[in-house]
Amino acid sequence: MSIRHALLALLSEGPKYGLQLREEFEARTGEVWPLNVGQVYQTLQRLERDGLVESDDDAEPGPQKGFRITTTGAGELTGWLHTPPDLASPPRDELVIKILVAVHLPDVDVHDVVQTHRRYVVELMQQWTRLKEEAGNDLALTLAVDAELFRLDSVVRWLDTADGRLKRAALAPPPSSPATPQIRRRSGVRR
Amino acid sequence: MTSVLELRQVSKTYRDGADEVHALREVDLSVEAGKMVAVMGPSGSGKSTLLTIAGALETPTAGEVSVAGLAFAGMSREDRSRLRRRAIGYVFQDFNLLPGLTAAENVALPLELDGRSRRKAGAAALDALRQLDLGDRADRFPDQLSGGERQRVAIARAVVGDRRLLLADEPTGALDSTNGEAVMRLLLDSCRRGLAAMVVTHDAQLASWADRVVFIRDGRIVDGTAARPGPDSLLTEQPAR
Repeated sequence: MSIRHALLALLSEGPKYGLQLREEFEARTGEVWPLNVGQVYQTLQRLERDGLVESDDDAEPGPQKGFRITTTGAGELTGWLHTPPDLASPPRDELVIKILVAVHLPDVDVHDVVQTHRRYVVELMQQWTRLKEEAGNDLALTLAVDAELFRLDSVVRWLDTADGRLKRAALAPPPSSPATPQIRRRSGVRR
Repeated sequence: MTSVLELRQVSKTYRDGADEVHALREVDLSVEAGKMVAVMGPSGSGKSTLLTIAGALETPTAGEVSVAGLAFAGMSREDRSRLRRRAIGYVFQDFNLLPGLTAAENVALPLELDGRSRRKAGAAALDALRQLDLGDRADRFPDQLSGGERQRVAIARAVVGDRRLLLADEPTGALDSTNGEAVMRLLLDSCRRGLAAMVVTHDAQLASWADRVVFIRDGRIVDGTAARPGPDSLLTEQPAR
């Protein structure tokens, strides 16, 4: 989550005070991402240093100091909104690593490992769904919870797929012909 | 709390030529009034067999099943049919509405089959449809309804009358995620009014609406989540990003 760009987005609606920015940030993200006042002021100072926002010169630093977005800041915001985040490189996912390790350990049932993680993720999803149930008409909270549920759902789907693939591989082991090192490096899979 | 559905050591074995296929193995499961249990498992894990046995649509090879305190074993065919009509409601992925009947007639049908007068069954059906915000769709035929509306009609048909147990097989499988969520909210509302529900699915988002999730693999229940936790910990433990 880019606090920097979220603050620029709030300031694009008009000048605001620091405390007001914090409250509006939390409300817009369904209070799923709490923010402390120190983070807000530190980010605002950096934005001012970079010429993306301006402040009331004569006001004392504190909750009543006002900020407004500059033309450069508005350009930065538009550019950020239309730039996809870096999803090309697979993250070093701890769960994936655990399953890949478990596959090769002789005394470990990899399906038990998969199930342990599946149960944990589904329990988390139950908590998020409960939160959505209670969210009522809070659109920001509902959208934030949906995002988390879809992310966790993809983890369960990967675990289900891994489970099935491992079961089939155990019944009919494929001939050992690993992909070339170049392909493995590109996909982020390491032996 | 009272269990509406009880399965004790339930097994189901099919013959496939000379082979025996164990669809279910010694399953213990209970669902209390007011609660929803989701059964999660991959295709072929036995979850649909579990649902059909719980709904008295199939008999187990071994073990005991009871609904609302009435054991299926030893029950005559007629008594079992009556129990199915009166106490158990079914929701399927493909809705299973009769195309030649209106929404209200589809909902009223199980009550009429159970001997209620057409007038009383019609009034109860309309009431059930209104509870699901479908009062103005009562006279429409299934092909005049959207997918989400058809599934809501199927839910009305499943809960109408004095049903105690709701059984659902991938009830949101044919719907987009928004309509699927609306259907799950309605099923949960029905539970909160006192029904017990068992939903079988391979979909984690769907299962996460349940109070408890049990996992089935190769005909056995292998694991389950704890009672549905509250969301408070999520709000206090989330770090700022």
